[in-house]
Amino acid sequence: MFNVITILQRKSKKRNWLEVAFLFSTVSALGIALFMLAMLLITILQDGFLRLNWQFLTSFPSRNPEEAGILSSLVGSFYLITLTALIAVPLGIGAAIYFEKYAPKNWLNEIMEINIGTLAGIPSIIYGLLGLGLFVRLMALDRSLIAGSLTLALLILPIIVISAREAIRAIPSSIQEGAFALGATRSQLIKTIILPLALPGIFTGVILAISRAIGETAPLITIGALTYIAFLPTSPMSYFTALPIQIFNWVSRPQEMFHINAAAGIIVLVFITLLLNMLAIVLRNRFYKKSNS
Amino acid sequence: MKKIIFFIIGGVIIVAIAGLLFWQQQNNPSSSVNGTVIVDGSSTVFPITEAMAEEFQKENKDAQVVVGISGTGGGFKRFCRGETHINDASRPIKESEVELCTQNNIQYIELPIAFDGLAIMVHPSNDWVDYLTVAELKKIWEPESQNNVMYWNQIRSEWPAEKINLYGPGADSGTYDYFTEAIVGKEGSSRGDFVASEDDNVLVQGISSDALSLGFFGFAYYQENKEKLKLIPISPEKSGMMQSAVLPSIETVNDGSYKPLSRPIFIYVSAQALENKIVSDFVSFYINPSNAEKLVSEVGYVPFPESLYELVGKRFSVKKTGSIFDKSGSQVGLTLEQLLRKEE
Amino acid sequence: MYDKKSEVKERLIGMIFGACGMLFLFVTLGVVVIIFWETIHFFQKVHIFDFIFDTQWTPLFHVKHFGILPLLMGTLLVSGISIIVAVSLGILIAILISQYSSKKVGGLLKPILEILAGIPTIVYGYFALLFITPLLQKVIPSLSGFNALSPGIVMGIMILPLVVSLSDDAMSAVSLETKMAAYALGSSKLQVIFNIVIPSAISGILAAIILAISRAVGETMLVAIAAGMKPTLTLNPLVPVQTITAYIVQVSLGDTPAGTLEYRSIFAVASVLFAITFIFNIIAQKLRYSFKFKN
Repeated sequence: MFNVITILQRKSKKRNWLEVAFLFSTVSALGIALFMLAMLLITILQDGFLRLNWQFLTSFPSRNPEEAGILSSLVGSFYLITLTALIAVPLGIGAAIYFEKYAPKNWLNEIMEINIGTLAGIPSIIYGLLGLGLFVRLMALDRSLIAGSLTLALLILPIIVISAREAIRAIPSSIQEGAFALGATRSQLIKTIILPLALPGIFTGVILAISRAIGETAPLITIGALTYIAFLPTSPMSYFTALPIQIFNWVSRPQEMFHINAAAGIIVLVFITLLLNMLAIVLRNRFYKKSNS
Repeated sequence: MKKIIFFIIGGVIIVAIAGLLFWQQQNNPSSSVNGTVIVDGSSTVFPITEAMAEEFQKENKDAQVVVGISGTGGGFKRFCRGETHINDASRPIKESEVELCTQNNIQYIELPIAFDGLAIMVHPSNDWVDYLTVAELKKIWEPESQNNVMYWNQIRSEWPAEKINLYGPGADSGTYDYFTEAIVGKEGSSRGDFVASEDDNVLVQGISSDALSLGFFGFAYYQENKEKLKLIPISPEKSGMMQSAVLPSIETVNDGSYKPLSRPIFIYVSAQALENKIVSDFVSFYINPSNAEKLVSEVGYVPFPESLYELVGKRFSVKKTGSIFDKSGSQVGLTLEQLLRKEE
Repeated sequence: MYDKKSEVKERLIGMIFGACGMLFLFVTLGVVVIIFWETIHFFQKVHIFDFIFDTQWTPLFHVKHFGILPLLMGTLLVSGISIIVAVSLGILIAILISQYSSKKVGGLLKPILEILAGIPTIVYGYFALLFITPLLQKVIPSLSGFNALSPGIVMGIMILPLVVSLSDDAMSAVSLETKMAAYALGSSKLQVIFNIVIPSAISGILAAIILAISRAVGETMLVAIAAGMKPTLTLNPLVPVQTITAYIVQVSLGDTPAGTLEYRSIFAVASVLFAITFIFNIIAQKLRYSFKFKN
């Protein structure tokens, strides 16, 4: 597993001590992170685990905490994320490929890159305000699923583009030049070399981006996502709500029972994120294997 | 092995989607836009509207009511553009919002629907505060007191020489606006060095763990946390006495004896939206005294006495537009009843 | 090899990618334009001198001050703490995953840490407020209920996966041959890490750090819940502060009517945020190029 054996085999004692100390520091760092994660998960599970049952998952919200459930928000979040991914991922990867392989490397390109990095840091709620003005009003999409998805896509696009660009950059130029030497066109290069090799890294970015999007509350409320809705969305133009919004609403109610509901909702949300993460990781590993064969 | 996991996850997702779509077909009434009542606005009024929506939909299987919480200000922005039918508001409409409505040809009907009491609280171990007068509260909270009034014995000399730790809702909430109007005399005018939070639960947390605390927030939050807090009766007189100090309760807020810290909360209905039968049915349901009394108190607010609901009902049936307040926000002084009667 | 058909195909594909790029450009420029448009309107009413130098921020109170310094200080305090936590822990963990552990273990650790990124930020906010702050109060009694330390630490943990994942990707990309060559020449593992791997991966590592800073500075709900709503001009992490983002949330979801000066103040402070992040990105860009040419 860890190359502890190799380290212990070193001759010089001073070197050895330093190496062990360093290894220890990295392991402690990991330990701290895992400890925090464990504390976080335990506190959430403690409060909400008992509330999780079929009724909770299949009921609509209610003023009565025992009757209230997450059906509309769960389904809403699911549709929302799917649509967001469908919009943002191809667009983001396409844009990254364009910037890395097609666009001339002039100062404009540089400014663009700085701009993208900056946009990744704009508070999510500003994207909500912009989404309100652009998608809901200007494009007359009303407070629909698609408006929400477009807004979230806007939010996570910079993250996807940045990590995709880095993944593409990491591909050694020797391989790329070799392909050109063999007569490949640019699109062939992209199809056979760049995409397969960069895909693992791109997926990392996509995972991080989507995990972010699924937990967003403020921008969705701003574009008009609802908090009480007792039916399921039937099309991209439907009204909707999302799981984090429901959780946020329950957490700020006075009744203790609602807080338990919120904790249970959080467990569901974290679980879904985990599921998505696992799926993307499996995909990532698969492509990693493929590109290394 | 990896392949198996991949297919299992993929399979679960496909089954989930299929199940959803099937389930939806079984349970969804047709969601035509004409059949949906669109409500947005204050998160304070939200619990009442949610309760009303729930009961209304139980009685009318085909009806759909949706409610958002963009905030009173954000809600008015949509309402005055005709994007919503009803706006939940924790304060009366403001001048700038009236202008927006006029610009877009939206006529609003202002309907008060309940009282929200503001409770003043201290830590349960606090044994020296038996009551507070409005004048004393003003002294504690006014802007000039920042860095000046810091200790309990500056309010009454027999009180301990300990620090006062203040808690309250943030400056952008209707509760804060109303409190400053009622106590300090000017909306938005208070000292800045208090622990502010938009989430009243956080304030409960803060006050109940700090022996020297003093704070205010909505009565509903006190009711849910009675064991952790001590409620303080308020005397409206200048030189208050214990006898004139009133504790907030359903009764005292209802009959107006707990003053000045109880405020009305509203729904604003667009006159144009009323052409839609489902919207006017919903509003009638909302201000129906028997529904209101039951549901309003269930979620922790204070319903009006029946006579007041009848006045509101009258206002609705004649579709009286315009505001009974002078459009400058929170109002203290004339009772709601007087204001409504003036308009008749 | 190059006939008419494949030429057309090439062009088409190029155009598709170009379209993606152009759309993205258009959208990002649009975002910038809108923010600055509202900001300009704001500065028609508020003097820029006051904005920069006034030491109070009270647009929602009766007596209005529009000095950005307290909000700026709040943002810097909380983000600063979180970056220290995230970068120090993150790079160490990334080294552990990419250089010390086997593929299997690394493949397991990364997803586990990525769980941290998937937890909604409001959960982190309440975790910081209701769990971490009381915990810290046992060690530091003078710590107030709202402060900068607790959300700073929690935010650091939240953006940790970002730093780890991107740094690990960058460090793993360093070819095995290069490392083997270094070992063959007699380097120890530490020497390989610090003299070969990190410099080669510096582009990716810097990208990770910049992304982390951008994320930290722009984080909204966590600080809105746990850091407080009180703009304070201080370097003390133990007292309530308000960050730029918490202020934006306060106004957006609150009672302020749209189109007013208070409302426009959201965009004004967002511009400041934008400017800060922009500068950081420029610095990162410069650093990246200088390292590229060094190697």
